Amino acid sequence: MSEAQIYLDYQATTPCDPRVLDKMLPYFREHFGNAHSVTHSFGWRAEEAGELAREQIAALIGAQAKEIIFTSGATESNNLAIKGLARCHNGRRRHLVTVATEHKCVLESCLRLEREGFSVTFLPVGGDGLLDLDRLEAVIGDHTLLVSVMAVNNEIGVIQPLAEIGALCRRHGALLHSDAAQALGKIALDVDGLAVDLMSLSGHKIYGPKGVGALYVRRRPRVPLLAELDGGGQERGLRSGTLPTPLLVGFGEACRIAALEMTEEQNRLKGLRDQLYQGIVGRLPGVILNGHPERRVGGNLNLSFAWLEGDQLLRRLDRIAVSTGSACSAATLEPSYVLRALGLNSELAHASLRIGLGRFTTTAEIEVAIDSIVTAVTEQRRRSPLWALHLEGSTLVDR
Amino acid sequence: MAAVHPSRPDRPSVTDLYFDYNATAPLRDAAFNAVAGALRQCGNASSVHRVGRGVRAAIESAREQLAARLGRAADGVIFTSGGTEANNLAVRGFPGRRLLVSAVEHPSVGAGPVDGIVAVDRDGIVDLAALDALLAADPQPALLAVMLANNETGVIQPIAEIARVAHRHGALLHVDAVQAFGKLDPDWDRLGADLLSLSAHKIGGPPGVGALVLADPDRAPQALIQGGGQERRHRAGTENMPAIVGFAAALEDLGDIGAETARLQALKDRLESACQAALPDMVVLGRAAPRLANTVCLALPTLAAHTLVMALDLEGIAVSAGSACSSGKVAPSAVLLAMGETALAGAAIRVSLGWGSTAQEIELFIERFVAVANRLSARHRAA
Repeated sequence: MSEAQIYLDYQATTPCDPRVLDKMLPYFREHFGNAHSVTHSFGWRAEEAGELAREQIAALIGAQAKEIIFTSGATESNNLAIKGLARCHNGRRRHLVTVATEHKCVLESCLRLEREGFSVTFLPVGGDGLLDLDRLEAVIGDHTLLVSVMAVNNEIGVIQPLAEIGALCRRHGALLHSDAAQALGKIALDVDGLAVDLMSLSGHKIYGPKGVGALYVRRRPRVPLLAELDGGGQERGLRSGTLPTPLLVGFGEACRIAALEMTEEQNRLKGLRDQLYQGIVGRLPGVILNGHPERRVGGNLNLSFAWLEGDQLLRRLDRIAVSTGSACSAATLEPSYVLRALGLNSELAHASLRIGLGRFTTTAEIEVAIDSIVTAVTEQRRRSPLWALHLEGSTLVDR
Repeated sequence: MAAVHPSRPDRPSVTDLYFDYNATAPLRDAAFNAVAGALRQCGNASSVHRVGRGVRAAIESAREQLAARLGRAADGVIFTSGGTEANNLAVRGFPGRRLLVSAVEHPSVGAGPVDGIVAVDRDGIVDLAALDALLAADPQPALLAVMLANNETGVIQPIAEIARVAHRHGALLHVDAVQAFGKLDPDWDRLGADLLSLSAHKIGGPPGVGALVLADPDRAPQALIQGGGQERRHRAGTENMPAIVGFAAALEDLGDIGAETARLQALKDRLESACQAALPDMVVLGRAAPRLANTVCLALPTLAAHTLVMALDLEGIAVSAGSACSSGKVAPSAVLLAMGETALAGAAIRVSLGWGSTAQEIELFIERFVAVANRLSARHRAA
């Protein structure tokens, strides 16, 4: 094994911030109580710590602590929000709307509901990855129960116009769910300003621990949900199971830190990202930026490289840890469905990299990344018949 | 190797004594080191780069360790967020089958819709004749859920016999082993459980992870949490690697379960007999049945459970009344009601021991408990 890879996959997961770790560790041993033990001080201390975390998380999205339901992660939150709402609803609204570029767990939850008798509209996105509001307006109606649109896309980093979507939903009496796992701590989120009724959050995407997430559930007016996990009746009956106190504490602290540092950090990341992008396009032709160039978070760059066969690209990038396609589907050879939804052909979708920058990324690391990517693409193109045809002047192989 | 127990800030002279291991156990040192180390390792197990592959390898090694301990194939281990999720996944995962549950199941098994309840006798043991009749009553195949050991009484069910009855009728058997795991060491392979649920934090592992273990990896429940296809498509969501690694480390640290069980049994026998001798009207629930070595469910008939637990907390003794799960008030124990103990259901408390319990703590418990019980009883008689 060679030297450690430079980690540039912050959309897949983020390292746990050492400050977060320091806050968490005592709750594994010194304060190990079960927060649901109402009969002794071990339990009370754990409960107190969990409630502080709940407040810290709520504060970051402009919610009340009582509106935060702890889960095991954003995947569970998305499942609970979508299936929990639909299965609780007995009225005439039997229609769901979501978007082709949503996370798999949102799409799969919707597909399950489709089999249970709901109708689901999967809206396309434009070439820039953004949802067209007119398209939404055309399908939403008084039969629509829920619209589910993510705040920030996990592969291409684009920011959806949630406030406008929220206003549209309100006009039609539909509820709005947003998977904000990739947005939390990166862009300002305010559940009231955005008119979001349900919002999914994740700990490990904002320098907190894995295994913990949250679902914001609006209380006024109350959004009714059917629990996915029955049992001890924790989380006001919406999510049973012993709360993992150290993980809650870590998630809370991660939110507290993000609230303080978010603005400055986003600016720093935009600078690094621009350095990375300019460094690559300055040295390579045929580089395509996926997703809207401005309406995107600072720490994401998703690039496609023309005239090469992409399957082998990752192998050539041994010095940096980046991803092709989303983390959840990266083990399969299917081209990214998100990139396909932008209109990229299968070759370009395969020949793409998601580069995720974050809190511990340095300028020096960006320089290494530029070198690695330019070298890898150049070498890979040298073996590609498409590159040879391009050099011979063929335009057939261009996009 | 006592666990780290804080002293009471309000009364610094009193050290808290923790007797609520069935609610949760402090993290074992070996597991703590594993978790703390893993929390410093970044990466998503689904990523194909080297960082991701490192995380994947750690998870798969933990999976193999757990599978080996249970005599199962690694493919049959589905990591979940805990025992509650594992139980929900099992009982909701076979919609084509009737769901039958014993009357003393944890709410994560029995709180949802069920098609039949199997009665237990006064000691809390499943009535095999009633079970047989219930299974025979309907030709539709069933999923039967019976826990290995009860969380409140510690009563151990004759799972092997129950499995034979269940399988004779073509039923699948789900066994909630959350409380028994690490305290009993049966021949897991011969137990006959088709599905087995486990929780890490009950054995001194970290909270936030558990597992559903399948006897046949191809006979799996329908996924409850869907998405990225993790856990062989049975449970989506980024794997909680640090907790999974901590689970495996706790498992390793269990060491010789037989020796530890003998140690706990001696401590519990001393506690039970000393308290009984000093408090003749004390009742131990499920006394006639085989019970876990670490659990005593006891009642003083004239004292309400909530009075007793609060008074004990003031003395720095942490025990529980009923089950620790429901938020807010202490309700009469549903388990004891199912055992026909209506008079004692509101009086019973649970005292549970674990890896950090010491002989010295047991003596302190006896001393403080007897004093509290006598004081409260005297007050009750005077009232």
